[in-house]
Amino acid sequence: MSNTMPVEITVNGEARQREVEPRMLLVEFIREELRLTGTHIGCDTSFCGACTVLMDGAAVKSCTLFAVQADGAEIITVEALERDGQLHPIQQAFSDDHGLQCGYCTPGMMLSSLALLAENPTPSAKDIRKALAGNVCRCTGYQNIIKAVQTAAGQLRGA
Amino acid sequence: MYPAPFRYHRPGTLGSALKLLAELGEGARPLAGGQSLIPILKMRMDEPSDLVDIGRLAELMHIRQEKNRVCIGALATHARIAVSAIAGEIPIIRDCAGGIADPQVRALGTIGGSVSIADPSSDWPALLHTLEAEIVCQGPSSKRAIKINDFIKDSYTNSLADAELVTEIQIPMPPENSGGAYIGFKKAAPAYPAASAGVQLTLADGNLCRDIRLVLGAAGPVPVTSRQVEQQLIGQPLAEKNLSQAAEALVELSDPPSDSRGSSEFKRAMLRSLFMRAANRAMQRAGGEKITGSHDYV
Ligand SMILES: Cc1cc2nc3c(=O)[nH]c(=O)nc-3n(C[C@H](O)[C@H](O)[C@H](O)COP(=O)(O)OP(=O)(O)OC[C@H]3O[C@@H](n4cnc5c(N)ncnc54)[C@H](O)[C@@H]3O)c2cc1C
Ligand code: FES
Ligand code: FES
Repeated sequence: MSNTMPVEITVNGEARQREVEPRMLLVEFIREELRLTGTHIGCDTSFCGACTVLMDGAAVKSCTLFAVQADGAEIITVEALERDGQLHPIQQAFSDDHGLQCGYCTPGMMLSSLALLAENPTPSAKDIRKALAGNVCRCTGYQNIIKAVQTAAGQLRGA
Repeated sequence: MYPAPFRYHRPGTLGSALKLLAELGEGARPLAGGQSLIPILKMRMDEPSDLVDIGRLAELMHIRQEKNRVCIGALATHARIAVSAIAGEIPIIRDCAGGIADPQVRALGTIGGSVSIADPSSDWPALLHTLEAEIVCQGPSSKRAIKINDFIKDSYTNSLADAELVTEIQIPMPPENSGGAYIGFKKAAPAYPAASAGVQLTLADGNLCRDIRLVLGAAGPVPVTSRQVEQQLIGQPLAEKNLSQAAEALVELSDPPSDSRGSSEFKRAMLRSLFMRAANRAMQRAGGEKITGSHDYV
């Protein structure tokens, strides 16, 4: 059974059209069709959150969503964060506060954090832990991630 | 991981979705939030010929209060339910909706998908017993409402007929002096609970129990309930002794399997203590206290 269908997905502000098999996952569309490899596959079992992207503003696991379901949607991936060589405040904060070690979880962590900060510009440490509960980090022990999100929250409020 | 190939359809209305499901027959599955179905397809535990994406049907997204009941469309997501006005009024609903999985899963997963999949560890089927919910099932030319207990038949088995969809969940508004609480225990956010308990009650004068509904979740193939145990509490003071007798009687009826979430013995101990905590929180809420809370993690 070989069948494809056209989709148009706006990724990082750019409308991208492709013919895809319905079983193609959004993460594969992003990584393999668009070659945007900042979105990582950590577990492929819906657990780790490394594949988190924003879909119409909400954090979602792109390994648990077919590309055809995102037809017409606006997707934001980690590649949208840096502008003209200038790190986004959330990236700067992860770097300054040592919110990453190997960096594998970091794109997903940052996108979940941005979804939180869009809704709640002054999150408590507990709010941050709840918002990042679907993102696993095997390196940092989370403390510096919480700190980085708080730093970024301050930066974004000031901006 | 790739699912086996399938054909994909995205009908624009409920009517056309029902018709399409009837035409496509046995090999077709509805796709709502995909948060249970996609993992199942990726593991190739199911290989449907067709997926009918109902995820955008605006007709099934409502969350509203009608006279004495609450109507929740099958496609209302856990996230939307958790922040709805209704969750503010019936706190046990917020406990459940806000405790499921993590923000990413809650953003896509729906109440209709959750009752339909009838996973023995799913939170909604357990919770909905405490509120005496009815599940509205619609086919191409039929519509009926089934009590949640009759809807969930067995582990992963619901009572939908061919080409029927769950369209709405109906919940009677609890009377005055009511309160409830639902607590699950899990190892991490993106995991199903190892055990859960829910209590919804109404108090009479003198803090006697006027009415009560009890449930244990992840405690066997279907949620564990007992009209008999509930009835023994009615008219009684909800004292520690009465409640722990009820806990004991319910746990006796449970049959939690030993698995990666814990041994059967561990789960029984958890069920007992979650039940007592839920009952105490329900009483506090019935007495007018505002307590937030949801699932507990290790
Ligand atoms: C990491 C992770 C953690 C999770 N943790 C929990 C948890 O703690 N507690 C919990 O309760 N759940 C948990 N879930 C499951 C989650 O709540 C799902 O959202 C839910 O079980 C299914 O809803 P869905 O909309 O995603 O349904 P789908 O996955 O789209 O569908 C599920 C099944 O129901 C059928 N279906 C869907 N909608 C309808 C309908 N309206 N009528 C008839 N049939 C329908 C589909 O054909 C399919 O068979 C978790 C999921 C993941 C990925
Ligand atoms: S790769 Fe998607 S959740 Fe782990
Ligand atoms: S920095 Fe290595 S997994 Fe988080």
